[in-house]
Amino acid sequence: MITLTGVRKDYNSDVVIGPVDLKIPKGGVTALVGPNGAGKSTLLTMAGRLLGLDSGVIEIAGYDVARTDSKDLAKIVSILRQENHFVTRLTVRQLVAFGRFPHSKGRLTADDEEVVSRAIDFLGLGDLEDRYLDQLSGGQRQRAYVAMVLSQDTEYILLDEPLNNLDMRHSVQMMQHLRRAAEELERTIVIVLHDINFAGHYADRICAVKDGAAVEFGTPDEILTDEVLTRVFDTPVTVIEGPKGPLAVYY
Amino acid sequence: MAAVTRTPRARNKGRLFDGKLLVGIAVVGALLVLSLFVGVYDVFGAEDGDEMFAITRIPRTIALVLAGAAMAMSGLVMQLLTQNRFVEPTTTGTTEWAGLGLLTVMLLVPGASLTTRMVGAVVAAFIGTMVFFLFLRRVTLRSSLIVPIIGIMLGAVVSSVSTFVALQTDMLQNLGVWFAGSFTSVLRGQYEMLWIVALVAVAVFLIADRFTVAGLGEEISTNVGLNYNRIILVGTGLIAIATGVVTVVVGNLPFLGLIVPNVVSMFRGDDLRSNLPWVCLLGVGIVTVCDLIGRTVIMPFEVPVSLVLGIVGAVVFVLLLLRQRRRG
Amino acid sequence: MAETTTSSSQRSTPTATRPVRSSRSLPTRRNRIRYWTVVGILAVLAAGFGFGLLAWDNPMPIGSEGFWRIAEMRSTNLVVMAVVAICQSIATVSFQTVTNNRIITPSIMGFEALYVAVQTAGVYFIGAAGVVALQGLPQFTLQIVVMVGFAMVLYGWLLSGKYANLQVMLLIGIVIGGGLASVSTFMQRLLTPSEFDVLAARLFGNIANADSSYLPVAIPLCLVASGLLLASSRRLNIVALGRDASTGLGLDHRRETIRVLLLVSILMAVSTALIGPMTFLGFLVATLAYQFADTHDHRYVLPLSALTCFVVLSGAYFVMRNIFYAQGVVSIIIEMVGGVVFLIVILRKGRL
Repeated sequence: MITLTGVRKDYNSDVVIGPVDLKIPKGGVTALVGPNGAGKSTLLTMAGRLLGLDSGVIEIAGYDVARTDSKDLAKIVSILRQENHFVTRLTVRQLVAFGRFPHSKGRLTADDEEVVSRAIDFLGLGDLEDRYLDQLSGGQRQRAYVAMVLSQDTEYILLDEPLNNLDMRHSVQMMQHLRRAAEELERTIVIVLHDINFAGHYADRICAVKDGAAVEFGTPDEILTDEVLTRVFDTPVTVIEGPKGPLAVYY
Repeated sequence: MAAVTRTPRARNKGRLFDGKLLVGIAVVGALLVLSLFVGVYDVFGAEDGDEMFAITRIPRTIALVLAGAAMAMSGLVMQLLTQNRFVEPTTTGTTEWAGLGLLTVMLLVPGASLTTRMVGAVVAAFIGTMVFFLFLRRVTLRSSLIVPIIGIMLGAVVSSVSTFVALQTDMLQNLGVWFAGSFTSVLRGQYEMLWIVALVAVAVFLIADRFTVAGLGEEISTNVGLNYNRIILVGTGLIAIATGVVTVVVGNLPFLGLIVPNVVSMFRGDDLRSNLPWVCLLGVGIVTVCDLIGRTVIMPFEVPVSLVLGIVGAVVFVLLLLRQRRRG
Repeated sequence: MAETTTSSSQRSTPTATRPVRSSRSLPTRRNRIRYWTVVGILAVLAAGFGFGLLAWDNPMPIGSEGFWRIAEMRSTNLVVMAVVAICQSIATVSFQTVTNNRIITPSIMGFEALYVAVQTAGVYFIGAAGVVALQGLPQFTLQIVVMVGFAMVLYGWLLSGKYANLQVMLLIGIVIGGGLASVSTFMQRLLTPSEFDVLAARLFGNIANADSSYLPVAIPLCLVASGLLLASSRRLNIVALGRDASTGLGLDHRRETIRVLLLVSILMAVSTALIGPMTFLGFLVATLAYQFADTHDHRYVLPLSALTCFVVLSGAYFVMRNIFYAQGVVSIIIEMVGGVVFLIVILRKGRL
């Protein structure tokens, strides 16, 4: 369970995030959606303790992220931002192995190597594991980073727009991987998404964020309605029944 | 820093001249008059006072106006072209290249005329600025703050070459004298070349808008029908001429091009057109004030203006950085 | 870095059949052979130059008592080189890692400007005797303390608190250095030419500037600081991933950054106070070391960089002293080579 209580972040007098109160239950995929600049990524990075809060408390599995030792937190929650500084002469496997750092402090055991191998295979990177990161395409690199987060072996995984820069095929593959991670590996995944239809199809729960506040929280069926989406995105949205579930049409 | 504190805070857009600008001109004018009458030599009492006045004070004051305006403008052009607030001839290595050019000419042509030295400095400054722009075009930068860091390192490379050459030829101490900007040696018959930079200031006035467009990138410039490469070349040429000539006649004026445009846009917003006269004016004002400080602080000796500017400029630069940091 | 290859047809690359999948830093046999070959060559070169500096032009027959006496005198220089090599290389590689930038060097952070200002002020206020007055173990130690103190104030001020920003800190360090440099230049102008000549010798890095009496302070500082950095290699590997990724992996990024920068400042202060400014030596050897090692792992890069640095220094001295008879300009030659490499690297590099 991820609990946000009265979370606030003040940028300046115009831009304020929060106060946000939100409970994200354990298990499944929860998508954060909303217009640009609404504060989705800010909330996620605060939950991942990459950004400090100005007031309020965020707890993950009962641990206050502001107070808990970062080392211990790294075994409970992992976070991946959109932009990652990539190191030259680093292979995919070496990158994924960094995910074991919270457990091994850099000294990999046979068990660690096993976890790393599984994460790589899970994302279908087996053939690429000895490639250097700068030899990969954007989509492959993105998968490598997700594999690193998986090998960190945390119950909670926070991902900030992992579909950015991915084409249709890779976006779908990424979402399928995450879905499987939630189901087969029983991880709790919180993900910032741009595309409401991706959220509708792959997420178990959707949280709509607008103007720095969590305005809606519910199952895709509850959120994917004309009324809710039109209000959240400030543009007329019609939800129709598609071949694979509800589809938001906004053009 | 009278000129700075009295700069009005209003943001009148569009109009080139207004009442506040006239006040600014009056203040800077008063500073210049003050500059005419400050000095060890008593121009009123002594017999040849009038002559000394004409030989030293008038040229010096004119040089202050020209050099101040030119360096402030070069800074502005560089900032427009790179869309980076922290760029100016001192933080891009341009000044060091001009120095290297000057040194090379001095070595190859002993007793070179002022014109020859100037050509050397201008050519080297041009090459240096092009190297810097080339670098900017070839790399993707994560932060605008990396640019001046690289620029300063680039300057360090060039000045290590200069230092080596100077050391081998026993000119090291002279090198320091040449590079330290100072208006002490500005006399009638030696400063007239500085008028060239007046042309630079005029040119910037005429084509400043295009620099702004070029700063947005090659694609956007081409899209609005501007020849990107030509504008970059013209801009680099103007910067090189201003830096080269000022380096040879006066010396290095560190940070001037950096602090003036930044301070102006801090008070007046980013409206380029109406800021231009202010940039000129503030450039002149700051150089004049620094020169006055330099002339009076250890009378009867003089502190070179580059030292005063170096310290004042460093302080202002640090304050600008801290401001930027607060904004994130 | 050129454009990365993006074609999806490359996905099914045949991987060499490896019995054990392992994440070690030198993944293939070829990598390992390459790394240890480079180490071997560098070690032979280091030993060769080292012995050459001791024995070349030594008038006594090798092995005689006189030979060893002369060699012993020369060996101080070798020790100084080793200390400088360790300081500069370890400091630069670590500094580049915490700043996430492979093309900067810690020496621009104002250490050198401070050193030059101190030396110039000495001559300015005391005259030619000033240089002598600044020599001696207490003065040497004091200079290190002043430089490290300067760095600590800077980091403490700019790296703590809400608006901590590494790049702003870097730039402020550089600008303060620039301000100090203009003060130094002014004082230098007012020196008599003979005083200036005395000073000039101190303004460039030169092994001869070091006095053997400094070594009892310099060696332990160098060994402790570089040892601590070597010991944190694994954490440095994480820091290289950037602030967000390393925080996500449970590393206290800010604490680690400040700790590394403090150790770097100790190393730079020791090197600068020992032999004077060397702006691009660190940059040169760090660039070479990354090329040679061909891995991201600091456990391999750091020692290799120190070895490279020693080879570059001792090789340059050996060649310049015994072939060109121009020992005094060694550091400047290294600086120029480093500077040219710097130019090449910034014009080739794809992203910063």
